Amino acid sequence: MSGDDDILLRASGLTKRFGDFVAVDGVDFEVRKGECFGFLGPNGAGKSSTMRMVGCVSPVSGGELRLFDLDPATDGPAIRARLGSCPQRDTLDEELTVEENLWVYGRYFGLSRKEVRARAAELLDFAQLTERAGDKVEPLSGGMKRRLTIARSLINSPEILLLDEPTTGLDPQARHVLWDRLFRLKRSGVTLVLTTHYMDEAEQLCDRLVVMDHGRIVAEGSPRELIEQHSTREVLELRFDVDDHARHAEQVSGIGERVEVLPDRLLVYAHDGDRASADVHARGVAPLSSLVRRSTLEDVFLTLTGRTLVD
Amino acid sequence: MTAYDDRSVRGPRAPLSAVERVLAVCGYHATVYARTWRGSIVTRVLSPVLFMLSMGIGLGALVDDRAGGIDGRPYLHFVVPGIVATQTMWVAWSESSYQVLGYIKWNMGYHAQLATPLRVRDVLAGHFLAITGHLVVATSLFMVVASLFGGFDSWSAVACLPVAVLTGLAFVTPIFAFTATQEGDNGFNILYRWIITPLMLFSGTFFPVDQLPGWMQPVAWVTPLWHGVEACRAVSGGWSASGGTVPFVGHLLVLAAYAVAGWLLAERTFTRRLAS
Ligand SMILES: Nc1ncnc2c1ncn2[C@@H]1O[C@H](COP(=O)(O)OP(=O)(O)OP(=O)(O)O)[C@@H](O)[C@H]1O
Ligand SMILES: [Mg+2]
Repeated sequence: MSGDDDILLRASGLTKRFGDFVAVDGVDFEVRKGECFGFLGPNGAGKSSTMRMVGCVSPVSGGELRLFDLDPATDGPAIRARLGSCPQRDTLDEELTVEENLWVYGRYFGLSRKEVRARAAELLDFAQLTERAGDKVEPLSGGMKRRLTIARSLINSPEILLLDEPTTGLDPQARHVLWDRLFRLKRSGVTLVLTTHYMDEAEQLCDRLVVMDHGRIVAEGSPRELIEQHSTREVLELRFDVDDHARHAEQVSGIGERVEVLPDRLLVYAHDGDRASADVHARGVAPLSSLVRRSTLEDVFLTLTGRTLVD
Repeated sequence: MTAYDDRSVRGPRAPLSAVERVLAVCGYHATVYARTWRGSIVTRVLSPVLFMLSMGIGLGALVDDRAGGIDGRPYLHFVVPGIVATQTMWVAWSESSYQVLGYIKWNMGYHAQLATPLRVRDVLAGHFLAITGHLVVATSLFMVVASLFGGFDSWSAVACLPVAVLTGLAFVTPIFAFTATQEGDNGFNILYRWIITPLMLFSGTFFPVDQLPGWMQPVAWVTPLWHGVEACRAVSGGWSASGGTVPFVGHLLVLAAYAVAGWLLAERTFTRRLAS
């Protein structure tokens, strides 16, 4: 059992308001040393608003937030000195070179010039950007810029690294390169807190995560636990050649635990997908295609909110 | 213990001193300027020189011929200190409007800084220091060129430099405060057309304000540029085209008041904009 000392970040009733609008509506969570903790949720769920409060760049509107047992309202600079932060939108200086971006940033943390240069060389190596060190940032690919942002956020050897949608907009290969870097960081003892609206990313990276929707946390646990609690083991996906999948839903109702209707397919939640498939065919229903797969966090989200994650 | 040990090991870190914070921010702007100065240096030096040539030497020949100069002195010596002060307003404008909105909105440079131990106050102070550097460089360059054309009648004119820098700051900080409330072009167009341009024309740069209709003179007295122009003129050869309405320190106090009030206001508008 991990003791209290292990909790680096604690939020209770954490709230963010913009005028009358409540973007984060009283969320509770704790992050332990060395784990990768995730916020999974669709657009507008309040992930970035939460991350910005955690990063001590946006004041808390209500509830309590503590990092390293310090209060962001009074100890913002001391906390930020120990954080690394990759905001949703890159904030690199595109007119400067790759290495200049790191040098300049390290100085904000009070590192000496010599120290900054040494760290920058290590981090460029880590981010696989050594060959581009002297190039301007502007023409770099999205994946490279993202890696540079991460390298920059590590310049102060942070204890917690905050990543707001680290791989949104990247192609699959660039995402895998980035995931690999994040795994390494975690192994080296950095605590990761990330947001994503990709369920595969959450499954790959997170030890524990919360599912967020409309500013609230709707479920919490490890990816495995969430799937076990909120979905069946397998899912049968059926596609038909008509637009109206709802009509077919009636034909298969009663098969499996539950049937979910999406615009382009039916999902039959069942512990044994093959058996459900056999039952469907036995009823004389003839889908264009049928596929059995394991449940994912996407299914958890669908079950909890009735909506898909990425729209 | 060195900064190295203190600040890059896990655990509580030694806080930065105010000087370290401001220099780190200023260092960033210096790094950017080292990459971009070529694009702006020519226009920056050329525009006051063009004004000096056309007004000071072109128009000046006519003024000296017909009216025997101003108070019996050559028009060039009257107008050059005025241009020194006025140029700082242009530099302030170009450094504090779109540039600053860019750091707020487009490249998010301020946001990057605020994710570190720096606070809004440090980010502003560092940027103000960097712009002070721009004011020093631009003013010195013009003063050197102007003196090659015989633009000053006294060595005491070197004191124009600090006075001009203060004049520039009296514009920089209020424009910063304004910029943090803006979303796009509109406000800047209005500010430029209705404040910056009229100030250049009617603050005594090119002719003494007592030539203006009586109701306009008090307007000149409350705007910072007139004080900057008068103060620069006062230190370069003892001109007092205002007839000594305001003592020299009075000018400096007004300029300092603008700079300080702008700074306080900028802290508020920046905090509202960046730490929401
Ligand atoms: N500065 C702001 N002023 C007003 N409303 C805001 C502000 N920032 C965010 N919001 C609103 O708060 C809600 C939550 O936004 P937030 O950016 O936290 O969501 P998100 O989960 O990060 O979404 P995304 O996946 O699109 O990044 C949204 O409805 C958004 O419009
Ligand atoms: Mg977001």
